[in-house]
This record gives sequence, structure tokens and C-alpha cells, in this order.
Amino acid sequence: MTPLTGFLLVAALLFSIGLAGALTRRNAILVLIGIELMLNAANLNLIAFWRYGPHPERLTGMMFAIFSIAVAAAEAAVGLGLVIQLHRHAHTTDLDAINRMKG
Amino acid sequence: MQETISFALATSPSGIAHSLWLIPAAPVLASGIIALLKQPRRKTAGTLSIGSLAFSLLLSLIAFGHVVAGWSQGLAVRETVSFTWLQFGTTNVDLGWVLDPLSAVMLVMVTFVGLLTFIYSTGYMAHDENYTRFFCFLSLFAGAMLAVVIANSLLLLFMGWELVGLTSYLLIGFWYQKPSAAAAAKKAFLTTRVGDVFFLLGMVWLFAQTGTLLFYNNGAGSMEPVALVALLAQPAALGLTAAGAIALLIFAGAAGKSGQFPLHVWLPDAMEGPTPVSALIHAATMVAAGVYLVARVYPLMQAGIHPGGSTTALTVVTWVGASTAVFAALIAVAQNDIKRILAYSTVSQLGYMMAGLGMGGVAVGMFHLITHAFFKALLFMGAGSVIHGCHEEQDIRKMGGLKADMPLTFVTYTVGMLALCGFPLLFSGFWSKDGILEAAQHWSVAKAPFYMLVFGALLTAFYMTRQVAYVFFGVWRGKKSAHESPAVMTLPLAILAFFAIALGAIGTPLWPWFRAFLEGRAAGFDLHGFSEPGLLALMATSTVVVFLGIGLAWRLYSSESPSPEAPDPLEKSAPPIWAILRDRFYVDELYGATVIAFYAWWARVADWLDRRVYGGLVAAVARLFRALAHLNRFLDTNWVDGVFDKGCEELSSSGGLLARIQTGRVQTYLRLLAVAVVALVAILIWSSRA
Repeated sequence: MTPLTGFLLVAALLFSIGLAGALTRRNAILVLIGIELMLNAANLNLIAFWRYGPHPERLTGMMFAIFSIAVAAAEAAVGLGLVIQLHRHAHTTDLDAINRMKG
Repeated sequence: MQETISFALATSPSGIAHSLWLIPAAPVLASGIIALLKQPRRKTAGTLSIGSLAFSLLLSLIAFGHVVAGWSQGLAVRETVSFTWLQFGTTNVDLGWVLDPLSAVMLVMVTFVGLLTFIYSTGYMAHDENYTRFFCFLSLFAGAMLAVVIANSLLLLFMGWELVGLTSYLLIGFWYQKPSAAAAAKKAFLTTRVGDVFFLLGMVWLFAQTGTLLFYNNGAGSMEPVALVALLAQPAALGLTAAGAIALLIFAGAAGKSGQFPLHVWLPDAMEGPTPVSALIHAATMVAAGVYLVARVYPLMQAGIHPGGSTTALTVVTWVGASTAVFAALIAVAQNDIKRILAYSTVSQLGYMMAGLGMGGVAVGMFHLITHAFFKALLFMGAGSVIHGCHEEQDIRKMGGLKADMPLTFVTYTVGMLALCGFPLLFSGFWSKDGILEAAQHWSVAKAPFYMLVFGALLTAFYMTRQVAYVFFGVWRGKKSAHESPAVMTLPLAILAFFAIALGAIGTPLWPWFRAFLEGRAAGFDLHGFSEPGLLALMATSTVVVFLGIGLAWRLYSSESPSPEAPDPLEKSAPPIWAILRDRFYVDELYGATVIAFYAWWARVADWLDRRVYGGLVAAVARLFRALAHLNRFLDTNWVDGVFDKGCEELSSSGGLLARIQTGRVQTYLRLLAVAVVALVAILIWSSRA
């Protein structure tokens, strides 16, 4: 097993944990945390492929990761803002109770 | 006979010529304002009408003064202003107005007589509830008539002409509650329409030939030599040139308006209107419009004339005029309605004017038109005063002895009557009628018109004396006693009476000012005017004729005071002839039996065709379409709708199926997404392996 495979396995595990959390949790904040986990799994992949790829001297993977983290931070802020508004509006953060977008 | 203008023409328009349009515009504007007034605003309506016409009179006098001033400097004024009204392709239709002696004289006459009639109307119509409506129509009439007078374009003249016809219709039918008035209005409108159709045809033909409807346009107008020569060269049917044919068509229009035989039937019936209307429209101005039209297109009428000869058009004008003069005078002898006698006398005098135009030229006919306008307006207003004073009684057999009750009316009426009879030397009617007789005497084509007109003069003196004897002499035969009219009515009478006498002074052989003025020659004070061969003999003849007529009638009608039921003295001597005259030569009955019967039959045929043939066709088509519609509905409900409904059901059920996936829960969607990604990955892996 090459080091890259190890990293990829860790990232896949991390992604699966995040996905499982996002799908099973009813609390909107915990769903957000699951999404953050999946994002970080993707970041880990970016770093791994850069580090063990053909041109590790070019800082491409690093740059990707930094951008991705910055976007994730903004996304987390927006997500938390939405959750807070949702709580104010519906007095709950239970996602099962919020189904007004039903077709 | 051919008019030769010895003066130089002055054609560049002056200030007054430029503002000539204001003369008709003022009364039309007043009429528009009055139309918006409420019914009780009587004083405003009257003031507006009279004020606007007084303004027009003032402008007319200025225009007249301008023409006279030019004339006294040896200039024949003919100032035109024209503008393009319509343009289609390269063809222009121009409108415009003209200031020349003819229009200037007519302007002053129309505005002056009109103003007096308006003033008189404020008294005559004082008790009518539709006072404002009356003045609205009257002002519109004045404006339209003035437009006819100033027109330099046959089209503008025609527009005014038709407007005048409309107002005539409105005013004859002013008391439309009376069925006879409504019928008379319709009759007047339709009868004049017959002439107007010919007029329109002539106008269109003239336009097609010359390309312009302007009379005078610095050499390019339709009444100027270039166009006339072209018209003369163009042959039409029946040996006429285009000029002659167009002139005859236009004369047909003039005959309709001026009540010439055989289109005279409407004029006596028009007396159903209020008396001021009869005075202004059906005696003084509108009916004179036909004569004025002939005078206006006189260059066309006499195109191609040889010295001492005549043209076809002028010969027709003469014969129609002379026969109308005698024909109407004969009828007037046997009428008993005071206004109808005057109406037939108007028809007769219009015949004189036409004959004068036909034989003697513009000046002769126009002079009689002007003098007639004054004394006939005077007579009609006098008759109105009599009717007013006798409590709306119009039958002269039920009047009598009014000279004591209505002295002012009596004096002025007698002046008008003597002027109409042509009483020698003192009265204007004598000079103007003598001018016509003199022209008839020298006419080269035939002598008969002369004898006809002399006979007409005898009849005129006879029927007018009969009327005056019945109305003002003898004893009162009515029920309630008569009273004199207010000053607002008698004052216009006095003014008109003055002019009925004084106007003669401008047209005597001694000083033929009027003729010289119209024809653009210098007028000399000429003592030799009387020494023309046959003139004194002619004057003596007409004097004898007038005295004979007056004397005969006086002998027959002054001695006895007949009761309304007693037969007329003439009736006793020749009952059948009297019956023919009283029943107006059965012209109305003749029209009823021919033209009207034909139209009634034609209308019945059309009605039958409409109901049976065209109506049946329409019904069949309707039935066919209804059957088609039923078929259509059947197909729609059973076939088209079924397919459509099925499609809709399918769509709706499939929509319901798909809607179940939309739970609204975010996590369900996420789950689906995850399953889809897993499936995608599986497919990718599987396909890369294959």
C-alpha cells in the first residue's frame, strides 16, 4: 500500500462519516458539521494528489486547498446564518419538521 | 352684351382681401358658441348673432369701399386669395376667395338684409321657447351664405351651398312638431338635391377638363380665357361643347336652389318656417344664390358667344327664367295665404332675374337681385308683422282694414308692394325690372320672352294689389282685433322701405352706376340715357301695364269685402281656370303621380326583393351555417374533447406520481443524491472495466 492509497482511504472514511452524519442527523447544525467533514475529506484528497502527483514542486494543490477552505468558511457562515434564521422562523432546528418545500 | 372690362385688372390681394374669410367665419363661430348655450340664455344668443353679423357687415362695407375706391381710380378690382386644400398625386384641389364688384355687392346686401332680419327676429321669435336654437341656425345660415358669396372656388361655393341647403332644411322644419313643417323641410331638401346632383356632375366634369375649380387664378382659373377656349374645343353630346354642357349642369343646380320651374315646388311649401326665415332665406338671400351662381360662372355661360347672339346655356337660362316668371305669377293670382302669394311672387321674380342674366348679362340680373332682396325681405317681414298682429292668421280673406290698426306696417308694406309691382320712377323695382325688359326687347334670338315678361309684370301688379286690398283695405273680418307690432319689428321695415325706394337711384338709365361698377367701366351722368331708341316707349309700356294691373285688381277687390267663404270675383267668371291656378297647375299632383309614384313602386319592388329573394338567400345561408355548427359541436364534444381530456388525465396522474418524491425533507433529497452518486460511480467503474 502506497502512502497515497492510505491518504485516500482516510479521506474516503472521513467523507463517509460526514455523509452518514449529514443524512442521519435531524439537527440542522449537526448536518452542517457533516457537510464540513465531507469538505475536509475533499481537501485531504487535493493535498494528497498534489503531494504524490507528478509536480509536487508547484504549489497547485496547496492553493486549491486554501481556496477551498476559504470558500468552506464562507459557506459555513452562510449555513449557520440560515440555521439561525430558520430557528427564529420555525422555532426548531429539526429538519424533519421543516418540509414546506414539498411538491 | 358681351362684358368688356375697359378698366385695368387689379389682382394683387390687399389687406381686406386677405381677411375676407373673417366675414363668413364670424357668424359660423357665433353659431358654434350659441349651440353650446343653454336654452334660457336667450339674450346672449341674440346678442352674439347680431353682434357677429354686424361685424361681418362692417368688414363687408370696408371691402365694398375698397372695391369702389379701386373702381373710381379706374381699376377693376379682382383680388383672389387661394390655398391648396387637398393634394393627391400631382393634382391639387384649391380653395379660395375673391373680392370683386360682384362679391362685394352681394356681401353688403346679404349682411345688411341679414342683420335687419336678425333684429326683426328678436321681436318675432320673442315668445318661442327654442329661441337659442333659432339663432344658432340663423347664424350658421348667414355664415354659409357668405361663404358662397366670397368663394373663388366652385368647390368652396358648393360647400357653402350645401350648408345653406342644410340650414334651410333645419329652419323650414324649425317647428317640427307641425307635420306640415317637417314634410316641407324634407321636400325642400330633396327637391334642391335633384338640382345639386347635376351641379356636382358639372363641377366634376369641369375639374376633369380644366384641372382646377378656382374661378380666377391669374389666368389659370376655370373662368379665364385659356380654360374656356379649351372647354369650347371639347365636343360633348347633342351638339354641345363641354363648356355648354357644364354650364347647363351648373344651371340645373342653380334652378333647384332658385326655385325655377320645374324644381320650384319646394319654395312655396318652405313658408312653413318662421316668417323671418322666409324673409331672409326664401326670399332675399338663399334663393338668390342660384342667380348669383349663374352670375359667377357667367364667363362659362357665355363662352363662345357672338356679338348680338346667344349661347345654348344662356338661351336655356332665358327660357326657363321667362316661363317661370309667368307660370309662378299666374299661380300667385289665385292663392289666399299671405306668405304663399309672396312665395310664388319670389319664384316669379327669380325667373325675372334668370331671364335678365340670360338676355342682358350679369349687371341686369344682379341689379334686380339686389333691389328684389330689399323689397321682398320688406314684404315678408311686413307679412310677418301682419301675421303677428292678427294672432297667427295667414288667410288674407280673414283679414281686412288693417291700415288703421297697423299704420306703420301698412305704409312700409305698400312701399314694398309698389316696388315689386314696378311702380314708375319712384321705386327701385321699376328700374331693375325695366332693365330686364329692355334687354328682352333687344334679344336677338326670340321676342317671346319679352311678351312673357310684360305679361308677368301685369300679373305681378294684379296679385299684389289684390293682396294689399284684401289685407289692408275693406273691413276687419277676423275674430280678435289686430294690433301693431313692436318697434324692433317695424324699425327694420322702415329701413328696408327706404332702400326699396332709394336703391333705384343707382341703376337708372340716367346714371347706370351699378352696371358700370359691375362691368368695370366708368359711369357717366348721361342725360342721353333716355334717348336710346325705344327706351321711353318701353318705360311707357311698362307704366301702362303696371297701372292696368293695379287698376284691374283694385276694381275687383277694393269695392267689396268678401266673407272668407264667398268665391273670389275671378272664380265666378271662370271657375275651371281658377281651380287650375288655385291648385298650382297640379304640378305637385303630377310629381306625386309620376316621380313619387315611380319611387314608391320601386321601393315596393326593392322591399319585395329584400324580403323574398335576398332575405331567403340570407336565411338559407344562415341555416346552412347553423347545421355546420351543430356538426362541429358534435365532433368537439365527442371526439376532440375526449382525446384532450384523456391527455390531461394522463398528465395529471403522472404528475401526482412524481410529486410523491418531493417530500420537502432536505435529507431525503440528500439521500437520493447519495444513491445517485453511488450508482454513477458503480456505472463508471463497471464501464471502465468493460
